[in-house]
Amino acid sequence: MRINPKTPRLLIGVTLMVSIFMLAPIGLSVMAGLVSSYSAGIKSGLTLRWLKEVLDVYGSTITWSLMLGLLCVLGNLLIGVPCAYALARSKSRAARLFEELLTLPVAVPGLATALALILTYGHMRDFRQSFAFILVGHMVFTLPFMVRTVSSAFQRNDLLAMEEAARTLGASFLQRFLGVLVPAVLPAIVAGSLMVFTLSVGEFNLTWMLHTPLTRTLPVGLADSYASMRIEIGSAYTLVFLLVILPVLWGLQAIGKLIEKHHGT
Amino acid sequence: MRRILGLCAAPAVAFFAAFWLLPVAQLLVLPSKKGWDTYFAVLTNSRYLQSLVNTVGLSLVVTLLTLLLGAMVGIALGRQSFKGRQLLLSLLTLPLSFPGVIIGFFIILLGGRQGLVADLTEWAGFGRTTFAYGLTGLFLGYLYFSLPRAIATYTAAASAMDAQLEEAARCLGASRWRVAWDVWLPELAPTTIACGAIIFATSMGAFGTAFTLASKFEVLPITIYNEFTNYANFALAASLSITLGLITWLVLFVTRQFTSGKSGVATAGV
Repeated sequence: MRINPKTPRLLIGVTLMVSIFMLAPIGLSVMAGLVSSYSAGIKSGLTLRWLKEVLDVYGSTITWSLMLGLLCVLGNLLIGVPCAYALARSKSRAARLFEELLTLPVAVPGLATALALILTYGHMRDFRQSFAFILVGHMVFTLPFMVRTVSSAFQRNDLLAMEEAARTLGASFLQRFLGVLVPAVLPAIVAGSLMVFTLSVGEFNLTWMLHTPLTRTLPVGLADSYASMRIEIGSAYTLVFLLVILPVLWGLQAIGKLIEKHHGT
Repeated sequence: MRRILGLCAAPAVAFFAAFWLLPVAQLLVLPSKKGWDTYFAVLTNSRYLQSLVNTVGLSLVVTLLTLLLGAMVGIALGRQSFKGRQLLLSLLTLPLSFPGVIIGFFIILLGGRQGLVADLTEWAGFGRTTFAYGLTGLFLGYLYFSLPRAIATYTAAASAMDAQLEEAARCLGASRWRVAWDVWLPELAPTTIACGAIIFATSMGAFGTAFTLASKFEVLPITIYNEFTNYANFALAASLSITLGLITWLVLFVTRQFTSGKSGVATAGV
């Protein structure tokens, strides 16, 4: 049984104020994207005109961001999941060192990573001017999240026994990996994928440095609209971002609950 | 088996070496081509030093206030059970996935020329007040993107707190402040250190918010960006990035040594 002493009133008050500070701008922005005129307020009536204008002007940034997010997940699945397995099973010094190095792109500001990429690959014009350049930046930054999430799932003890059982029954490594191991850690892989997708779609610090006028993502377009468009369009665009990101976050929560229920910690 | 593990890791290792290790190695040696003192530009040039001091000062104050507020909200939410608690918690942590530019825009909606606060103060007869484009706006923006992480972490830590310990302290006649000081503080200390380090590092490297606000209060990421794009001063931009990266990495590394094993705080997203 949990004893729950009364929570001091001060804490409730602070919680209320912080909640208003955090939620008011979101509400304000959603409203501003849907009213005819921001300065006239809600009285001016609701409209989808600004959303339509966003799709006309910035529609391509939305598609590209979704594509980049998906490709980033795909790339992470291809190289990150096997790597997570190797790191979970290997006891070598090199594995620990690589695990440590892998966290650096998260610890170091995105700006530094972006500068480094431009200095090294900026002269390869075709690469520099393609979305592949941004994709590479996003993958370097998201790889640690996928590897760490999946690697800790691979470390479960029951998996070792399962793998051993499959091996004594004569399953080849590929059969064991794809037939036994990957299904067993699937929730972690899905959670990692959703996390990578959110990070990629929302990434700005790296992307702003890596983008070109022809390779723009959603957050890059957002920055552009805030600087050069009327406030209603910026707000409607922000609403589009929320609509893209919300389902993914819900999925992430659902997966989190599922993992907790099945494996309990 | 070793060979298989090696093969499993090889693609990731190759990718990481080609697109992070090699580029960063280039970044590290670049300033030396302009002379060794380029590495110390942040200390020798008063403008860069000012920018560094600004960034560290802002990040420190933001971190401390975020920890204080986040702990209070986290304790309240972690111990209270009411209808809609889960919804409120997910709404409060939603901004974790926002790019910095959106947060800059939010501050403009609050404190810009057409902002909510300007409307309110005009209505109250004080004239239109704006604060978005100065230090206040920047400060609130940093607070905005830091709070969700602190709230999420403290809520998790507070719901795992031992309520019996607190009950015991109360039975022995401890006052509210005594309970906070002797029970809450030690129990939440590992969380505070780990979470504080992440918030500080994130604030130091934050770029989007300051970029949107085009603040008069210059922070180091903006300085780096200006050196790189406006002045094409690559060696200097590299030197300042190294300084910034070194600071954030060190803070995270040192605190991890302190808290390793003690707290299982998830650190998703930056």
